[in-house]
Amino acid sequence: MLKDKDRIFTNLYGIHDWKLAGAKSRGIWDNTKALIEMGQDGIIDAIKESGLRGRGGAGFPTGLKWSFMPKESDGRPSYLVVNADESEPGTCKDREIMRFDPHRLLEGCLVAGFAMRAVAAYIYIRGEFVQEAINLEIAIQEAYEDGLIGKNASGSGYDFDIYLHRGAGAYICGEETALIESLEGNKGQPRLKPPFPANVGVWGCPSTVNNVESIAVAPEILRRGEGWFSGLGRPNNTGTKLFCISGHVNKPCNVEEEMGIPLKELIEKHAGGVRGGWDNLLAIIPGGSSVPLLPKEICDTMLMDFDSLRDAQSGLGTAAVIVMDKSTDVIRAIERLSHFYKHESCGQCTPCREGTGWMWRVMQRLVSGDAEVEEIDMLINVSKRIEGHTICALGDAAAWPIQGLVRHFRPVIEERIKSRKAARAA
Amino acid sequence: MSQVIETGKAFEFTPENVKKAKVFIAKYPKGRQQSAVMPLLDLAQRQNENWLSKEALEYVGKFLDVPYMRVLEVATFYTMYNLKPVGKYFLQLCRTTPCWLRGSDDLEAVCKNKLGISSGETTEDGMFSLLEVECLGACVNAPVVQINDDFYEDLNAENFEAVLDKLAKGEEAPKGPQIDRINSAPEGGPKTLLEKTGDA
Repeated sequence: MLKDKDRIFTNLYGIHDWKLAGAKSRGIWDNTKALIEMGQDGIIDAIKESGLRGRGGAGFPTGLKWSFMPKESDGRPSYLVVNADESEPGTCKDREIMRFDPHRLLEGCLVAGFAMRAVAAYIYIRGEFVQEAINLEIAIQEAYEDGLIGKNASGSGYDFDIYLHRGAGAYICGEETALIESLEGNKGQPRLKPPFPANVGVWGCPSTVNNVESIAVAPEILRRGEGWFSGLGRPNNTGTKLFCISGHVNKPCNVEEEMGIPLKELIEKHAGGVRGGWDNLLAIIPGGSSVPLLPKEICDTMLMDFDSLRDAQSGLGTAAVIVMDKSTDVIRAIERLSHFYKHESCGQCTPCREGTGWMWRVMQRLVSGDAEVEEIDMLINVSKRIEGHTICALGDAAAWPIQGLVRHFRPVIEERIKSRKAARAA
Repeated sequence: MSQVIETGKAFEFTPENVKKAKVFIAKYPKGRQQSAVMPLLDLAQRQNENWLSKEALEYVGKFLDVPYMRVLEVATFYTMYNLKPVGKYFLQLCRTTPCWLRGSDDLEAVCKNKLGISSGETTEDGMFSLLEVECLGACVNAPVVQINDDFYEDLNAENFEAVLDKLAKGEEAPKGPQIDRINSAPEGGPKTLLEKTGDA
């Protein structure tokens, strides 16, 4: 188990003072000037060496992403955009950072923004997080008043502003180009890439969009050294990670743990175990609703990191672990997710707009059993025609949970269809 | 397609909200005032008993020098803009899988049996409106209902009824977890972050 001294988010549960005085007592904003004196290349190299991979789901190397930003301005300013539109079902970690450790995020904005030569950071927070936005706005004011951000931020000689922008209820705005559209005051519909945001982002300017957790851990990595972070976890899957454990466990919770922790250990040590014991486990969605579920026999030995879960045809995603015990109607659990994707499709690409609704209607019939067995293959076929055929990954995200369900629970679906037929014949 | 409602009553920001609106606009680069359409719609909605009339949408468009159609596009795309009146207490009940696994169906039944409303409906006395929504992002405290600006967490039929009873009587109902628990720490107390650090 990860030792407390290696935990970054020391106020995860909101037990301590989240305001500036409390933040400083936990080491935040401690000589931030020295971090900035590492220079742009020094910071980016250290983040690359630490092995930090994006904490928003895709796992792209954070330092590499920062290095895509222009080193010389062509007259346009550059922006850091923080993705705080946390909406992936199962995920509730950025919320805790924003309401209980907002200064950790703000310090990260300054350091990351400086490294990518940005003039300002815009934090895009989902609209439902009202209290979190209030705390963050107070923290921003405190940071300005204390000279930590703004002109000559933290005495570094660098000018840097931070602004908060509230969303208004749209999962799609967690997609980086939809988020940029929304920040510009438009409908949140993703853009075609290229151009990539690092060339043409918000207001036509170079921009980098990073997840809250990725930004918030950066100062601590620089302070403790990239070797400390890369020494935790496994090669290519380094560091610590916030896990959200929900569903059928005895004590659902958030916890910061080491990357690569065995899934069973994570649940038993931190979440009080599966309801009714480990043997009562049916399946787990290991990384937020978009990643395919895993049946118990795979969960028995699964390690929680990007590469291990990818090799099992699933993914770490946001590290939101949704646990389902044997009482679960697993078809209905996935049908609910299909409804989610139908509801959240922005309607721009036909395969997604039409396909998510079509798949949900079939999923509803699979729940009741009012279907033909051949329709299972048809459903998979249609899911593959959506996957990879849309501007953004929402189409993929709608297809994967269904593919995972059929991959691991096909006999359950077939059985329901057959028993429904038998009941009707009787 | 959502229809917007014309009330025949003019809408304009209070002087205090005009000031707030200007602060919002100043957050964005010059000439990019359209970026403020979302915060201004939210401001208008808060001033207008939690919903947006056609007049309010038009006013926000004029305030920002943005065509009405651009404002309408935004107001109809995002779920948090209410385009019809809602009750004093606006209940947003999460129905996505993590909440469903922990009993959100029971909460829906409470709304039906106790308040007599389904998703999209308002009680006759105008006290409560219900909307079934997708993931609210508080999944380890499931099931969750957002009431106006606040999250009510770790609900079951019993404690949810107790919250509704308090609100109906005009009393305050403490927000957050409704069981003995500190925020997102496990029930019974944290298992980590026990070593003395910082101001602990």
